[in-house]
Amino acid sequence: MTAHFLPLSRRAALAGGGALILSFSLSRYAVLAQDAPKPQPLPGDLKKAPFLDSWIRVGADGRITIFTGKSELGQGIKTALRQIAAEELSVQFEDTNLITSDTAQTADEGFTSGSQSMSDSGTTILHAAAQVRELLIALAAAKLGVEATTLKAERGKIVAENDQSVEYGELVAGDVLHVQAQPQSKRKDSNSFSIVGQSIARVDIPAKVFGGESYVQDMRLPGMVHARIVVPPSAKATIRSLDAAAVEKLPGVVKVYRNGNFLAVIAEREYQAVVAMNALAAVTTWTEQETLPDPEMIYDYLKSLPAKSDVILNRAAGVAPGGKTISATFKRPYQMHGSIGPSGAIAQFKDGELTVWSHGQGMFPLQASIAELLHLPKEKVRCIHVEGSGCYGHNGADDAGAGAALLAVAFPGRPVRLQWMRDQEHTWEPYGPAMLSEIRGTLDSNGNVVEFGYDVWSNTHSTRPEGAGNTMVGWLVSQSFAPPEPKPIPQPTGGGDRNAIPIYKFPNAKVTNHFISQMPLRVSALRSLGAYMNIFAIESFMDEMAVAANADPIEFRLKHLEDIRAKEVIETVADRFDWKNWRKAGPHHGRGFAFAKYKNLAAYVAIALDMEVDRETGRIRLGRAVAADDSGQAVNPDGIKNQVEGAIVQAASWTLQERVAFDRTRITSRDWATYPILRFEDVFRSVEVYVIDRPNEPYLGTGEGGQGPTAAAIANALANATGQRFRELPFSRERVKTALLQNS
Amino acid sequence: MTISLNVNGQEHAVDIDPATPLLYVLREDLRLNAAKFGCGMGQCGACTVMIDGRAMFSCLLPIAALDGRKVLTIEGLGSAEKPAAIQQAFIDEQAAQCGYCIAGMIMRAQSLLQKNSDPSDDEVRSHMQPNLCRCGTHMRILRAVRRAANAMRTARTRDKAAGLEGGGQ
Repeated sequence: MTAHFLPLSRRAALAGGGALILSFSLSRYAVLAQDAPKPQPLPGDLKKAPFLDSWIRVGADGRITIFTGKSELGQGIKTALRQIAAEELSVQFEDTNLITSDTAQTADEGFTSGSQSMSDSGTTILHAAAQVRELLIALAAAKLGVEATTLKAERGKIVAENDQSVEYGELVAGDVLHVQAQPQSKRKDSNSFSIVGQSIARVDIPAKVFGGESYVQDMRLPGMVHARIVVPPSAKATIRSLDAAAVEKLPGVVKVYRNGNFLAVIAEREYQAVVAMNALAAVTTWTEQETLPDPEMIYDYLKSLPAKSDVILNRAAGVAPGGKTISATFKRPYQMHGSIGPSGAIAQFKDGELTVWSHGQGMFPLQASIAELLHLPKEKVRCIHVEGSGCYGHNGADDAGAGAALLAVAFPGRPVRLQWMRDQEHTWEPYGPAMLSEIRGTLDSNGNVVEFGYDVWSNTHSTRPEGAGNTMVGWLVSQSFAPPEPKPIPQPTGGGDRNAIPIYKFPNAKVTNHFISQMPLRVSALRSLGAYMNIFAIESFMDEMAVAANADPIEFRLKHLEDIRAKEVIETVADRFDWKNWRKAGPHHGRGFAFAKYKNLAAYVAIALDMEVDRETGRIRLGRAVAADDSGQAVNPDGIKNQVEGAIVQAASWTLQERVAFDRTRITSRDWATYPILRFEDVFRSVEVYVIDRPNEPYLGTGEGGQGPTAAAIANALANATGQRFRELPFSRERVKTALLQNS
Repeated sequence: MTISLNVNGQEHAVDIDPATPLLYVLREDLRLNAAKFGCGMGQCGACTVMIDGRAMFSCLLPIAALDGRKVLTIEGLGSAEKPAAIQQAFIDEQAAQCGYCIAGMIMRAQSLLQKNSDPSDDEVRSHMQPNLCRCGTHMRILRAVRRAANAMRTARTRDKAAGLEGGGQ
């Protein structure tokens, strides 16, 4: 019907990328058949941005530029996404480059979160690249006057059987890639892969090792000035008095800025800004209130708050048979992201347009937040992601971005670099919420779990800003923005109830999520959300039930599992750890195992580890850890290993040491002395990670799969080493020592 | 007041407040990226540089205290064209996630290996104790330090055999 619009013969179009070309004509000329079948959904984020050239562009020189709406947060997407595109386009890895989230250049892929960089952006780029390749083949077929089926893509060229070839760059005149994607792609056979599946070295590491510009903190723009903020000493504090006259006269100070309770200094040089910040803090007095609950009673307090209770699993196989019932309560305190580099951002307001360079998880949501905060149209705000220190969720990045934006508008023309200080990050970042869960199980005489119950209480696990009301700046300015009502993240992924539904096949099971709206401390997304706590609880309790059933913990799990891939990661770990032949090397030596399928729909991670416990000091010495991961098709196996190792070590830190401390007024975890994290002398003796590759299977994501299993494996090893079960995090030296003394 | 600083073998005369910590001068005046601001309190090691061969927190050191002392940062250790053994080892082990702590890690490790090119695992851990990594890259960092130690010893043996002095950085 529209063949005459096309640059190809109809025959060539049908033989090659026919569907693409048809779609091209439809989108261009809006010729839509009335009785067209209902379209299939597009893969990944092509649903949000369906044009191929939103994701892939080919230069006249044949170089490929890939666009992702996700951010590099240390998870390695700057490398992995290029591998996917290079593979499907049959070009060299080196012939590609990648633009990461930028509101002026890339598609809106929301937040970089939930271990979804690969499943969202990776899947999208895979399909876009495959469709671009087929489009190039169709274009070459027309140019060469041959059947598309006789052509193949090879090293940046379309090659014919007679060895004639056309370079990609010769085929891409005009906007031929401005084409709507199709639901189906012709994907390469994974057996032919030469780039995907290779542990290509991370492209960003050399600059980090040689002192290159890698982070937003390293950007130096012409004329840039330095800002510091003075933060309220507690969440609800208000300025009582302030005389900034002396601060304004300090060397280098170009502005002292106050807007409500938002207080900042801007100086020519960075250390001048630090000196001025300290001076400003010294001349400011605050009115504070006791707004925080009693930290010793935090779990009782949380449970006493109004909650919305939802039954998220109710499986009943008739009347539950009787048997031996056990129950337990698990607790997880507030824990912080604790980025090593405090948050920062640069903003510049020039000719009515604002540009913000930020290390946040979502540039489009940040754009919306800043536009609302400053009453600017979104088109006048551009947010560009630049790497920062690892964030592991929603830390201070957006607040620093919003703060820099506010200051840039107040001090127009020159770029304003805002850098938070250590205590500001520690006391103002949103924490991973404190949580409580109650669990029970009934075993029959054969050691089968016949009834299972789980109740979890938690705040929301995401207050990521998509407007000014969830930014710290929005709360502090005089015309403040109220935070929106927190909402639970629905199943199947869940928030506080992430992984609250056990993967095991229990005939009777009931799981209830108690969502608490009221947030005594500021909370938001911390890597793996509620999964860390729920897997800690459920996988600890699986061991308790195995003990009650007098069964080996791994066999006990396998007996209740049907998922083949789950079994394979478990068996891999059992084998590599040599679980069967493991023997205690001393009276305080113990081993533990745990497993989870993240969100019950993503990566499979199993882990076994051992430890030695010093009963005198309560110190836990972590020994060997062995993990297996199935993240679907493994794009960069070493990248997966790196992420899993990181998840295990970070979760060990949470599990052994971390708890945000506060009194009735203030957060008292203000630095690394008052909020210690794991250091070299306390990390494992060794960590081995085995990656199970699943060619052609969807990418499942990796970064958040290991946290929950690590916590539970440590708890199980601690029980095995001491004969005592610990159910409240963290397993600090003090807590372990006290418990062992009480029971000795 | 003008203060003379020797950084990576070059003399710099800086005319700024002598109380300014070295970190700010490295980053702002000398435009060196490696040393990072992490805590400003000597608790995390992101700002670690070497001063006269010892690893120190540049965030705590006022430049007034640096007269006549030699400051070494990653930029002076090696380059992509001529990497130091410790830098190459971090690349070979892919010992970074976000990488923010890595420059400090490398300088602290280097200060150990210059004195002891065959440290035990416990010695490495104990020496690296002041530096924090939040991504959990510790195991790779430990492997990279061991790899660099091996490379430095091999280079030293080779240089000795060739009748050369030193080497192996």
